[in-house]
Amino acid sequence: MLESLSYTFIQNALIAGFLVSIISGIIGSLIVVNRMVFLAGGIAHSAYGGIGISIYFGLPMLLSTSVFSIIITILIAALTYKNREKLDSIIGLTWAMGMSFGILLVDLTPGYNADLISYLFGSILAVSTSDIIYMFIVLIVILSILFCFYRDILAVSYDTSYAYLRGIKTKVFYTLILLMASISIVIAIKIVGLILVIALLSIPTYISSKFANSLMQMMILSSCFSCIFTFIGLVLSYNYDLSSGPSIIFVSSIFMLVILIVERIYKKYNFNT
Amino acid sequence: MQTQNNAIRIKDLYFKYDKDYVLENINLIVKEKDFLTILGPNGAGKSTLIKLILGLEKLEEGSIEIFNKAFLSETINISYVPQNTNVNNDFPIKVLEVVMMAQKDSKKRFFFYSKSEKEEAMKVLKKVNMENFFSKKMSELSGGQKQKVLIARALFGKTKILLLDEPTSSIDLESCEQIYKILKKLNKKITIIVISHDLSLVLKYANKAVYINKNLSFHDLSKKKDKFSELNSNTSEIELLQMLGECKC
Repeated sequence: MLESLSYTFIQNALIAGFLVSIISGIIGSLIVVNRMVFLAGGIAHSAYGGIGISIYFGLPMLLSTSVFSIIITILIAALTYKNREKLDSIIGLTWAMGMSFGILLVDLTPGYNADLISYLFGSILAVSTSDIIYMFIVLIVILSILFCFYRDILAVSYDTSYAYLRGIKTKVFYTLILLMASISIVIAIKIVGLILVIALLSIPTYISSKFANSLMQMMILSSCFSCIFTFIGLVLSYNYDLSSGPSIIFVSSIFMLVILIVERIYKKYNFNT
Repeated sequence: MQTQNNAIRIKDLYFKYDKDYVLENINLIVKEKDFLTILGPNGAGKSTLIKLILGLEKLEEGSIEIFNKAFLSETINISYVPQNTNVNNDFPIKVLEVVMMAQKDSKKRFFFYSKSEKEEAMKVLKKVNMENFFSKKMSELSGGQKQKVLIARALFGKTKILLLDEPTSSIDLESCEQIYKILKKLNKKITIIVISHDLSLVLKYANKAVYINKNLSFHDLSKKKDKFSELNSNTSEIELLQMLGECKC
């Protein structure tokens, strides 16, 4: 494994894995506490429309998918802010429309026969230096937003009505949370793929929720768990020639299962004593 | 002179969600330091009225004045306590952080809390007898304790009017009684408006009541105080409504 570190693609994979882990730890926490997991699934699948655009027009994948997801997210935010009952239908619509649009564009691309599996399950070993720069910029932007508006984001996530009464622009922050989620999802797709992105956002967050006393702690712990799972997943993926995304998510799932079993035993033991 | 004493004045208010009016011809004056309870059946428009006062619903017909001024959402005088069931109970947050959420200074947005903010939060927690729980997670508290924390949050700053939407729903009787005693104590300085279904309790503590069922009827309870002061939880809702003159059954 150590000699493999001299390869640029392995270095890139590790850096990208590290950056995406921190981003997904932060954003995953926001998605879970705001009960937006289904919404994140909708954004992830509709992002396929952006992948289709990038393939059809030959544009950079991360950038075009991000722009497409931002447009979809603003649409979802505008249609659902006042009327959350509509959320399920709107997500269902964008989910199916985005995916079908993307698949049709791939079908229409002349001579295109790229490996679609890499978009569905991730291809961390194909991460380029420009992808890493993009991920780094996104991480800095997210951290800056959190540093400047942490309390507003906390208030909107905990109790939107109360936040509104305090004079916080709740609509702006609701949209901001969704936008950060959509950009992060697009980035995470590169690592674990479309199908497993929700697992990367929610499993480390679920585990950290067992230990965290605050949203900030939850974000930090989720990022740490995410880094550990990604590193172990990558090592397994490299050594046994496995897909990176499923390896990372499988490791996360095993950890979660162990935590659940330990918690059960601990509760039983405490109950009996 | 009398209008200066008005905390809230609602005039000719009509409100509808779709075609049918939820509230019709609502006129109400709430004086400073009143303890007003809003009663009425489910779906009668009680929560809608609270939302209109708070500016959470857009006012279309009629007017609402808070301290003789047209209401603005940024007002510093009015605070709201939601039902604790409306708040995400799994949210990872400590009691002190919930109370400090009420900080209105827009410059204080970073995740560091100052010593003075913590001291003020402890002061309001003391008012609701929750100062020993400041480091606890909200998810570890009982329903009654959570409600007290939400009341403490509403008291942070210079609150003059406190609106509570069913503060005692899904809470045991002892905690309900404690919450009303706290509200009564706060009522010496603050106007309290509370939506409640615990008629036997709220009628003991409130000095005014309005019964809403599309329209509004007003009851000055201070004139009937001896009637309501000895109420207990065994008194049925029908009996209570009959005492108010709202049940013709």
